[in-house]
Amino acid sequence: MNHWLTAPVLIPLLGGILQAFMGYAPIRLRRTLALATTVLMLVSAIVLLVMASDGNYRIYAFGNWQPPFGIVLVLDRLAALMLIMTAILALFCHLFAIGGADEGNRQFHGLFLFQLMGLNIAFLTGDLFNLFVAFEVLLIASYGLLMHGGGTIRTVPGLHYVVLNLIGSAVFLISVGMIYSVTGTLNMADLAVKVSQVSGEGLSIVKAGGMMLLVVFGLKAAILPLCFWLPRAYSKATAPVAALFAVMTKVGIYAILRVYLLIFGDDAGELANLGMDWLFPIALATLAMGVIGALGSGTLKTLVAWQVIISVGTLLAPIALGSEAGLSAALFYLLSTTWTVGGLFLVSELVANQRGSAKDRIITAPKMQSRTFLSVLFLVGAVAAAGLPPLSGFFGKVLILQSVESGTEMAWLWSVLLTGSFLTVIAYSRAGSIVFWRTVDGHLDKPDPLNGRVSVAAGALTALAIVMVVLAGPIMAYTDATAAQLHNSDAYIEILQTPMVGEDS
Amino acid sequence: MELVFALVIGALTSSGVYLILRARTFPVVVGLTLLSYGVNLFLFSSGRLATGQQPIIGTAASYSDPLPQALVLTAIVIGFAMTAFVVVLSLRNLADNEDDHVDGKQPYKSPAPEEESEVTGK
Repeated sequence: MNHWLTAPVLIPLLGGILQAFMGYAPIRLRRTLALATTVLMLVSAIVLLVMASDGNYRIYAFGNWQPPFGIVLVLDRLAALMLIMTAILALFCHLFAIGGADEGNRQFHGLFLFQLMGLNIAFLTGDLFNLFVAFEVLLIASYGLLMHGGGTIRTVPGLHYVVLNLIGSAVFLISVGMIYSVTGTLNMADLAVKVSQVSGEGLSIVKAGGMMLLVVFGLKAAILPLCFWLPRAYSKATAPVAALFAVMTKVGIYAILRVYLLIFGDDAGELANLGMDWLFPIALATLAMGVIGALGSGTLKTLVAWQVIISVGTLLAPIALGSEAGLSAALFYLLSTTWTVGGLFLVSELVANQRGSAKDRIITAPKMQSRTFLSVLFLVGAVAAAGLPPLSGFFGKVLILQSVESGTEMAWLWSVLLTGSFLTVIAYSRAGSIVFWRTVDGHLDKPDPLNGRVSVAAGALTALAIVMVVLAGPIMAYTDATAAQLHNSDAYIEILQTPMVGEDS
Repeated sequence: MELVFALVIGALTSSGVYLILRARTFPVVVGLTLLSYGVNLFLFSSGRLATGQQPIIGTAASYSDPLPQALVLTAIVIGFAMTAFVVVLSLRNLADNEDDHVDGKQPYKSPAPEEESEVTGK
């Protein structure tokens, strides 16, 4: 039992409840408290990262119920990595929001914190049904955030997003029911034991349940047939919200990693590596689709939204192949792409604010204010996202390519990934040169100058691509250890034997 | 009982899916509700159907599993909140776009028949 594990859940929960009662307090007070909550969450994530880096599993059993009977929170390297990634992204998004985007809705900060709480539960939970609850918590907060800012343009994408996710929840429940009806448990560690013993007529039920679960996680992660809701919804959302949503697709990827490596991993008997032979071609197709979308996008935000889909495809291809080196590379790229995409959403918003009625559309317009600063930020973000040296996206992609060194998979992955990256470079350079360089004479109403908070937030999030290169050694060491830990699912199963408080161990 | 139960789940789910595929928000909301009813019943049956059994292992040859009931309860609460939200969102969509089509407006409206220009005597 380790009570620190509840901190990333309790801190945003208490902060969010406080915000809910403070809707009419002065905005400065609300902003200070909300930002303090996010900073505290980052501190707790750092504490957990330090704890997890010794390679042991730590659990927190709610109500002191011995797993598999109660719900447990489990901390391992992967969970700690996701927590710290979310906390850093959230801090800069929150800082950006405080620069003015949080006005107009009294409950913005409350929703933002509840969203973080849902994300943190999803990363920490060791129970399949609790994962469903976490998804619902983060989704209902995200519905509110997506509509933040109002206006007709957000209604239709919001409606599509909500209806699709409600259908996803229904499918999630069906698959949970199918798996429970055969195995009689929903604790992930216990499921890993029970699924390998399933035989006979139960086998096909668990198999169907597992495949349906892949559909649900695929919807969250936006893989190919289920990705068309994403560009419209993300490009219409307010910038800090869209930047935070960069982590939402990664929740789906996290769930695939967790469930399919642990429960349907190599040791799962007849159900070993379920669905993974499907995932590889779908991942490559998603990557190709993202590139096509990026080439055809008419605004900067749509371009970045398609970049989200490109990164999902890039991440899932090595995960589907499942080698240890591939997993480590995918985790490295996961950090890089999440922060970069978040940063690009923020930069696009700043560009849109400086260009008058042209907004962020990729068309010529009169010369904008603060062009040098914004174009440098966009350049750094675009280079990192497209995967050009010397920034972190390049190292992520090289590691992914290196992890597959032979066979037909290599031919497919290398050709699709490299062609995709090349076309992404074209998409970014086209957008960048039109927006920043090709100016026409004309009059622009003088826009509000950039204020300190938004510049710092966008600049810092983008600059993380450089920081990641400097710290590439320690980060790689951590992701290597994480991949090794993920492959050794026997150790995870031992959490079932953890003594509870008050028991003689 | 199993047959009736399975037929009810099947009927609810299929009508739910049919309604979700309609292009207006009202049938979509009703369809989502029906689908969640079907899912809740399905989840309930994952603990096996039994009447008059104790929910405790070891006291009788067969028992009634209480866990799916807890799961269903959670799913009902969440589903209720989500339905309320999607109703409000649909009303907002109706008010914003003056149309309850799920895409905000009809993708294609046949143009009104053009009135013939008045023939003057010139």
